[in-house]
Amino acid sequence: MRTPLSGWGRYPVGISEVHRPERLGELKVPLHSSGSAIARGLGRSYGDASFNSSGCTVLTERLNRFLDFDPSTGALECEAGVTIGEILEHFIPRGFLPPVIPGTKFVTLGGALACDIHGKNHHKDGSFGRHVIDFSLLTADGGLVHCSRDENVELFQATVGGMGLTGIITQLRLRLIPIEDPRVVADYDRAKDLDRALELFHESDERYKYSVAWIDCVGGGTRGLGRSVLMRGNPATGSEAAVLRPEKRRGISVPSTAPSFLLNRGSIRAFNGLYYRKHPRQARGVLSGYESFFFPLDGIRDWNRLYGRNGFFQYQAVLPYDDGRDGLVKMLELLRKSGPGVFLAVLKRFGSGNPELPLSFPMPGYTLAADVPRRGSGVLDLLSRLDDIVIDLGGRVYLAKDARTSPEAVRAMYPHLEKWLEIKSRFDPANRLSSDLARRLELLP
Amino acid sequence: MSGQAKLRSSSDRGTQRPPSAGTVLILGATSQIARAIALSFANAGYDLLLAGRAPDELERVAADIRIRRAADVRTETFDASDTESHQDFVARVLANCGHALAGVIVVFGLLGDSERARSDFSHAEEIIRINYVGASSVLTHLANHFEQAGRGFIVGVSSVAGDRGRASNYIYGSAKGGLSLFLQGLRNRLHSRGVQVLTVKPGFIDTRMTFGEVPARLAADPEVVGKAIVKAVKKQKDVIYVPWFWRYIMWVIRLLPEFVFKRTNL
Repeated sequence: MRTPLSGWGRYPVGISEVHRPERLGELKVPLHSSGSAIARGLGRSYGDASFNSSGCTVLTERLNRFLDFDPSTGALECEAGVTIGEILEHFIPRGFLPPVIPGTKFVTLGGALACDIHGKNHHKDGSFGRHVIDFSLLTADGGLVHCSRDENVELFQATVGGMGLTGIITQLRLRLIPIEDPRVVADYDRAKDLDRALELFHESDERYKYSVAWIDCVGGGTRGLGRSVLMRGNPATGSEAAVLRPEKRRGISVPSTAPSFLLNRGSIRAFNGLYYRKHPRQARGVLSGYESFFFPLDGIRDWNRLYGRNGFFQYQAVLPYDDGRDGLVKMLELLRKSGPGVFLAVLKRFGSGNPELPLSFPMPGYTLAADVPRRGSGVLDLLSRLDDIVIDLGGRVYLAKDARTSPEAVRAMYPHLEKWLEIKSRFDPANRLSSDLARRLELLP
Repeated sequence: MSGQAKLRSSSDRGTQRPPSAGTVLILGATSQIARAIALSFANAGYDLLLAGRAPDELERVAADIRIRRAADVRTETFDASDTESHQDFVARVLANCGHALAGVIVVFGLLGDSERARSDFSHAEEIIRINYVGASSVLTHLANHFEQAGRGFIVGVSSVAGDRGRASNYIYGSAKGGLSLFLQGLRNRLHSRGVQVLTVKPGFIDTRMTFGEVPARLAADPEVVGKAIVKAVKKQKDVIYVPWFWRYIMWVIRLLPEFVFKRTNL
């Protein structure tokens, strides 16, 4: 079947041959046929990483079997199509949480591994790959290769964060973390500007397992540039859960049928202003359900459609701590001047990265993720100027979010890319694994 | 799943469950529909015996259900087309679960390639062999057991394609139609012995049979089939269509007079 596919940002769109294997053996079929293939989980990467318009796209959603669980170690073995949501559903009752929880639960573990995703606990626990014990990879030659930190180490390192371009991940073992209660005891702090937000991060981030800030990229005036609301918390303990008051569900819900013209400079400003003010200056010990704490946007199905047919870019970059603050100021100033403005943006501190993983995104520093509507002629230019700031400071953009950067920029951002290309060329000399992202960024040796 | 999900006390973390309602044998257990049926029956408190051709794949399905439902799930190798082996297979199953066998569900089937079946009769024969001969063979042995036991249920997953012969898939349709008649006769025979026989006629279900052939929005989630069968077994139904509206679609299609129907291109 040939069908149009896109990432979560709804841009770009590619027409691809699509396979959806239901048994493990059927996974080999697309690799046997001529042409190239890429695996796609739930298509939550934003740009063009999850489809291959010059070959086939393999949907892994039906290969989602749980295979083994050891409650004494928390080690869970399952197929790559299992989602974070399914783990929450089946393992919270057993007293376990995924080690890394992204901003949506509609993410497959194969995608999580291929993008080496991070969550609100990155500053404490690192990225997804750190918690993966081992995995099996269907490589270009049709062989199944077992990869771990001791076995096929190079392939392991090139695959974690490797955007699916080294093979199709069939199954993996992941270490879940034991919990007493699935809820989070959260503290909220309003920061009047970027400097205050960063100050709060540095003062007290180590006290929290989960930490993230919403940041206003449109309002606040010159003095309030980067005003934020920090949302940080720790897993509730059994005794806390018994005494704390549950949070009141407060929230601005966005109707999913809203036409795209509703999202304009005025409404974006109004929304962000309202969001800032609806939070108290400070709140302590708010017992939050894990769904509302981790997945505030999952409640609004298909929220990406708010941006209309043109779609949107999510620009996410990390800036190293040195000069990171100045870089953020420059980025925020550029974003504020841009056409329709940034609807939603998030700021977070990363902990240590994974220098041994050549394409893994996180590194110590500040990461800013901003949703930019794909509207007006200046958007691509704006994002290129953001790239320049990022490269200048030694940062990088997140490939799972990217839909528009250049091969040259990626080479400047990922210093170990050459090493990755060398590993890819050894395991996939004919580039049987390819995606629109791979061709755009020349990730094909 | 709720944001406020409570942990169970440490004594029953995902392991303890109410006493089993008996074992359900699922034949052809590696398809998506079978997986959905198995999950639904595990949910309803049954233990499972999954049978199919590929042991590796069976073991994956079984492991998954054990983790998702904390059910007792066993596996057994079974080849629908090898009818010679069916008597031994049934003997093995009965030795294995005996009186605990609450029911059997025949899910295996082969759509095949209708174009190829026109020119290559061996392929047509294979379609008939799996869908009709294989199903009636294994059910013959099992029916005798249930008749003697005086209780239990037999479920056959047939197809709406068996309700009327059509140019596009009449080999598959005739085999499924044969299966529907077989089940009807079996129902007539076993009703007085307290054994339920349920015929299930799925319409478009979102599996590899329909993937790319039928627009995705017209194909129902396989889960729908599992839930419908559990409910129909509980309510002692005879024939169900899934999703339910296919009963009316097929009613209209069956009512068309042949002189009209033969001119259509359905």
